[in-house]
Amino acid sequence: MPKGVSRRSALKMLFMTTTALALPQAIWGRDYGRGGGVPWEPGLGDLPYYGTRDERFLTAPELTTVRAIAARFIPSDDDGPGATEADVATFIDRQLAGFFGRAQHWYMRGPFQEGLATQGYQSEHTPAQLYRNALADLEEYCQQTHGDSFSNLTESQQDEVLTGIEEEEITFSTVSAKTFFDLILENTIEGFFADPIYGGNRDMVGWRYVGFPGTRYDYRDFVGHNGARIELPPVSLMGGPAWTAEN
Amino acid sequence: MVTRLPNVDVVLVGFGWTGAIMAEKLTDAGLEVLAIERGPWRDTPTHFPTTFAQDELRYYWRHGMFQEASQETLTFRNNRTQTALPMRRWGSFLPGNGVGGSGVHWNGQTFRFLPSDFVARSHNEERYGPLPEDMTVQDYGVTYEELEPHFDYFEKICGISGQAGNVNGEIVPGGNPFEGFRSDHYPNPPLEMTFSQHRFEESARNLGLNPFPGPAANLSRAYTNPLGMQLAPCTYCGFCEKYGCGNYSKSSPQTTIIPALMRRPNFALRTNAEVLTIEKTADGERASGVTYVDAQGQVFFQPADMVILCAYQLQNTRLMLLSGIGEPYDPQSGEGLVGKNYCYQVMSSADVFFEEEYTNEFVGAGALGMVVDDYNGDNFDHTGLGYIGGGYIACWTTNARPIESHPVPEGVPEWGSAWKKAVRENFLKSTSVGVHGASMAHRSNYLDLDPTYTDRWGRPLLRMTYDFTLNDRRMTEHLTPFAEEIARGMGGREVKVNNRRGSYDSMPYQTTHNTGGTIMGSDPASSVANRYCQSWDLPNLFLTGANLFPQNAGYNPTGTVAALAYWSADAIVNQYLRAEGPLVQP
Repeated sequence: MPKGVSRRSALKMLFMTTTALALPQAIWGRDYGRGGGVPWEPGLGDLPYYGTRDERFLTAPELTTVRAIAARFIPSDDDGPGATEADVATFIDRQLAGFFGRAQHWYMRGPFQEGLATQGYQSEHTPAQLYRNALADLEEYCQQTHGDSFSNLTESQQDEVLTGIEEEEITFSTVSAKTFFDLILENTIEGFFADPIYGGNRDMVGWRYVGFPGTRYDYRDFVGHNGARIELPPVSLMGGPAWTAEN
Repeated sequence: MVTRLPNVDVVLVGFGWTGAIMAEKLTDAGLEVLAIERGPWRDTPTHFPTTFAQDELRYYWRHGMFQEASQETLTFRNNRTQTALPMRRWGSFLPGNGVGGSGVHWNGQTFRFLPSDFVARSHNEERYGPLPEDMTVQDYGVTYEELEPHFDYFEKICGISGQAGNVNGEIVPGGNPFEGFRSDHYPNPPLEMTFSQHRFEESARNLGLNPFPGPAANLSRAYTNPLGMQLAPCTYCGFCEKYGCGNYSKSSPQTTIIPALMRRPNFALRTNAEVLTIEKTADGERASGVTYVDAQGQVFFQPADMVILCAYQLQNTRLMLLSGIGEPYDPQSGEGLVGKNYCYQVMSSADVFFEEEYTNEFVGAGALGMVVDDYNGDNFDHTGLGYIGGGYIACWTTNARPIESHPVPEGVPEWGSAWKKAVRENFLKSTSVGVHGASMAHRSNYLDLDPTYTDRWGRPLLRMTYDFTLNDRRMTEHLTPFAEEIARGMGGREVKVNNRRGSYDSMPYQTTHNTGGTIMGSDPASSVANRYCQSWDLPNLFLTGANLFPQNAGYNPTGTVAALAYWSADAIVNQYLRAEGPLVQP
């Protein structure tokens, strides 16, 4: 360690020599700084892309069931559009086909055991596997109890089944029905309100319904609203509807 | 095979707020500094510009801004009778990853702890008598007066927007009359408040309280900081916490320090490199450097004359445990120190729903709020209350991001037509009054290494054993009704109280204010680091972060984390470099 200016300068010299060696990046990892300023290079950006293309995971019957469940969570009714108009099922399908469905960013090492309510998700299944198993279990339950698929039941029958799962009166044979319920409810709300680039919230129906102006970034003109309504059409990361040609 | 690299003066483990602070001060003093950061390079124009920063799904719900739990998580249990299980995905708190750390996705609520918070044990015992035996509350070993210049400097680096309440002992109207003296005003005026804050302020004043604007690292006007970094006025877009700011309006390491640092020849940053252990010299008397693994899985030894821990609180504590520095804390015997005094924050709130008026909370900013401090710390008489500490009560308008923020009144179901309608009716017409409560240390709350679960390198995960304590429960039961009273005076149709009851739940988001684990103090028998944040065991190892807090106060921690880092950097430059030994004799 330098004790005075001269030793420190000597060390700096050594340091400059070291940097001049320019070792390959594979060995050094990624190095920045050393007087080089803030790095910028073409293609360094981190644009959104996960779940923005037409990736699919669910089979056609599974998709039908997901669509029916989402439609009970966020129904289309006199008050406005619901999960069906927002195309929440497409959103969920894309999510399950991507890193979310694979639990790629979650900690999925064992051992797995049932957790307490305060310990969160403890299933050994990824979200995609959980959906696949739970949807098969749900089909089995509905066939046995009502003699038909979930999507063919009446709305009140469907609500009855969902409430039974939510209140843990109905259980599944291969996975936790309640874990599935919590996850698909969370995903349905995501699909209703997420940016349309992810396949749900189609035409920003979810945002229009509640009055959210979307991904704007400058509200300075509206800070002094003093309790009055602010009427602004929503904008997505893709832009506003007026920005693209009608198809 | 481990490749040995050329020596550097200082190696920093992690490159968020405290890494940037240390690097700036130590390169300025002529030292050669290398920061090793586990995550990637990130910056405003490339990673969170205004054209896609406002992506609620990607950044919050898919954790695009945070550490991936698959890389490293921790296990959790409420108490020692339970089996800790991994937090398989984040919930209650959201540790950062990459350059800037959590300083990229914070809200910017930038408080100073109260003078009495730094002497929590001696102050409270003097006023109220001995604390219960199991309350392991301690003094910091450093005082508010000593930290004051460093709070002031950080506020100028950030360009904090706020209203001073006590300038050199003189009470300034409109500010916080309870705050410790400040040597100067905030560098920028407060943000422009919205409807919800006006109603909160009026209600609080009617109750005889002292509302003041929350100190904000969101800029109220264009500003150039002491390092020449330029920040832009905040546009109130409502995407601060959990997001990067695309507009150079939120103070972060990227917007306030890093560009200046990147121009200095004696600073280097190595990204995508994860430190595995702090190494010791053969005699075990000093740190010799760090071992890290790069993105290709190659392992390197980076020797250094000084090692400074600048990672998040959880990782700093885990690295100390994994490196075998100091004795791990044992809750049964009360012996050992590393992992001791894990604390958090005790949050509760009262939602207000308006009938006619629109709160339009999408017009918001991370630290846009009015605050009362009348019930924080020891600003009120605790005689007979059975607890110490307190919290601020505030009405922040941070956002109306619809996946996260769609409050509904009491009694509304959680799905279906009735829920949907209630969401629509209240989305633009609600706000919230929150209590930001302190968390006092208790013998039974601690961190250690998990016996079962490991990370991708096969090393034990950190294990958290934590629940709210009797002190916490009494505090939140006493303070939440004051928030409710303010909320009821705001002129809404109805109020819904969200009490903090039952055991701590690791899943619903509460706050990323984890503290303790490598606490500082005035005695090696009761602390891991001395008053200069220097390890008692290895004098060339310094620590930064909220892991130094012996207990957590009723404020957001970043202001105090930063002030401690500047205080420590000052001690390194002005004392340690002259005589490289312990700065405090045990």
